[in-house]
Amino acid sequence: MTDQRDDNPKTLTRRALVRSAAVVASAAVATPIVRALAQQNAGPPVVEPLTDATKMSGLPTAALNARSAFEDPGQLPVGVLSGSSHTPLQALRGTITPSDLHFQRHHNGIAVLDPAKHTLTLHGLVDRPLTFSVDDIKRFPSTSRTCFVECAGNGRSAYRTPKPEMTPQDVDGLTSNSEWTGVSVSTLLREAGVKSGGTWVLAEGGDAAVLSRSIPMKKMLDDAIIAYAQNGEAVRPANGYPLRLVLPGYEGNMCIKWLRRLKVIDQPNMSRDETSKYTDPLPDGTARQFSFLMDAKSIITSPAFPEKLTQRGWWPITGLAWSGRGKISRVDVSTDGGKNWTEAELIGPSLSCAHVRFQHMWEWKGQQTQIMSRATDETGYAQPTLADFKRVRGTGTDYHYNSIRTWNVAADGAVTFGG
Amino acid sequence: MAKARAAAFVVLVLLAGACEARDASPAKSKRPDRFGIGRAATPQEIAAIDIDVNPAGAGLPEGQGTAATGALVYASKCAACHGPHGEGIDKNPKLIGKDPPAGFAFANDVKATKTIGNYWPYATTLYDYVHRAMPLTAPGSLTPDEIYGVVAFILSENGIAPATTVINKTSLPKVKMPAQSHFVTDNRKGGVEFK
Repeated sequence: MTDQRDDNPKTLTRRALVRSAAVVASAAVATPIVRALAQQNAGPPVVEPLTDATKMSGLPTAALNARSAFEDPGQLPVGVLSGSSHTPLQALRGTITPSDLHFQRHHNGIAVLDPAKHTLTLHGLVDRPLTFSVDDIKRFPSTSRTCFVECAGNGRSAYRTPKPEMTPQDVDGLTSNSEWTGVSVSTLLREAGVKSGGTWVLAEGGDAAVLSRSIPMKKMLDDAIIAYAQNGEAVRPANGYPLRLVLPGYEGNMCIKWLRRLKVIDQPNMSRDETSKYTDPLPDGTARQFSFLMDAKSIITSPAFPEKLTQRGWWPITGLAWSGRGKISRVDVSTDGGKNWTEAELIGPSLSCAHVRFQHMWEWKGQQTQIMSRATDETGYAQPTLADFKRVRGTGTDYHYNSIRTWNVAADGAVTFGG
Repeated sequence: MAKARAAAFVVLVLLAGACEARDASPAKSKRPDRFGIGRAATPQEIAAIDIDVNPAGAGLPEGQGTAATGALVYASKCAACHGPHGEGIDKNPKLIGKDPPAGFAFANDVKATKTIGNYWPYATTLYDYVHRAMPLTAPGSLTPDEIYGVVAFILSENGIAPATTVINKTSLPKVKMPAQSHFVTDNRKGGVEFK
């Protein structure tokens, strides 16, 4: 992300100052920054030159290691009860999404649940219906898995109403990548004993939407996790505290947050979110149901709007790629509008059903052009072009928008979203 | 010398012991078939949360409603968000509407709006969803009679069930939704083909 703060690291926005003021106030120690803050008045963003950090003591420790006052990433939009808030993909590096920036999609607000009172009940076609406290769940052997969670509707506005002024956050910010820790659902199912005919599991949340989805038993036994931890600490409230279901590679809506109930059943329940929502109308007059898997996808996160290439020369083209069907095997980048493609470097290991970061060094010679990325997964599936996507799925289709994304680069270096 | 020999012998024995200890592989951690963690869920506590309804009607409670009783409930509990005629207000979805002129054209017509009448494949889903999640500001507050009534009203307004139909746990699963035949199971398989 390039903005004023990055261009000039000695610049503090007012919002950042207010944030650091709270941190410093708790330290209760006068420091140069405190003095700078004391001189701070309301008004437009203020340039506050820092004093030489090598000539005086720094700040003391605090209970929480807050972000630098120069960094100000945030989800957008805020204040959403029924809807979504996007991860600022352009502000992130590497592959892990900081937990407080993990995208949010709620159907009636964030449930506030007391872990001492919350329970998970496993019943239906089982030999022994069981109720677990959160502490019970933590006594089982744990497992950890780094994987993405992506909303099936990610990319809808970029597809339906693309605008040049869309950031990576606006385009595809409903995907995030975390290390999830919890208990394998298979462990709990073994504990309860699944009866014959138990081919699906209804998962239900304890939020105001009491959101429910039917999940194939095979997936539940394969790699489903009931997570109590995200990136090393308790799952954040907006992501399902104290317990959430994580189904690697499956659409986010099925990864039920605030999980209160698992019911083994013999047929899908046909709940609202697996019938009237999260189904994909197709041009042949059908609607695809149980389209659980998220197909391979990628997006360039830099350079991207609102960034600007400030000078000719070498620039990294970098972004994220992922697939619900396994590992990303390659990402190709085009810097000439899709005529020629070059295999990008994958940074770090490519994990199954997880974000992987790609990078391609590009020498920009001042030309107006389009840059694109195309992910291919280990099944050989490659991201479709936007034209192919429209032809096969239709302009009015819903969910699973994974066409190749394009960024326009102007001769003056301005970068805008190109669909 | 004897003392030195004895000492050497002791050292050898100790070394042998050390080797022995090194050779024995540590026991692998064992996991039982069941851990016995958690407690039996009582029928009462299961009943309190076992709210789902399936297409066969399993989970539907006693009670009933008609379009006439439901119209009153709808007017007081639903219309503020969904509009007096189920037309939808702002982001609150449209509930009532028959097949768009071009048929099931949602993929080809970005303006085609999905409604209960033209898109929902199962009538039982209506009970399940209204019961668990509506009204948005007081979810779970409607009685079975109120829910059956609202369901009857919506089905009637969509032209799916006659206004006189009594909706209850027997009749609701028998209501055939017009959109049901359009739904197909996911046929994507990965690989080179884009579907």
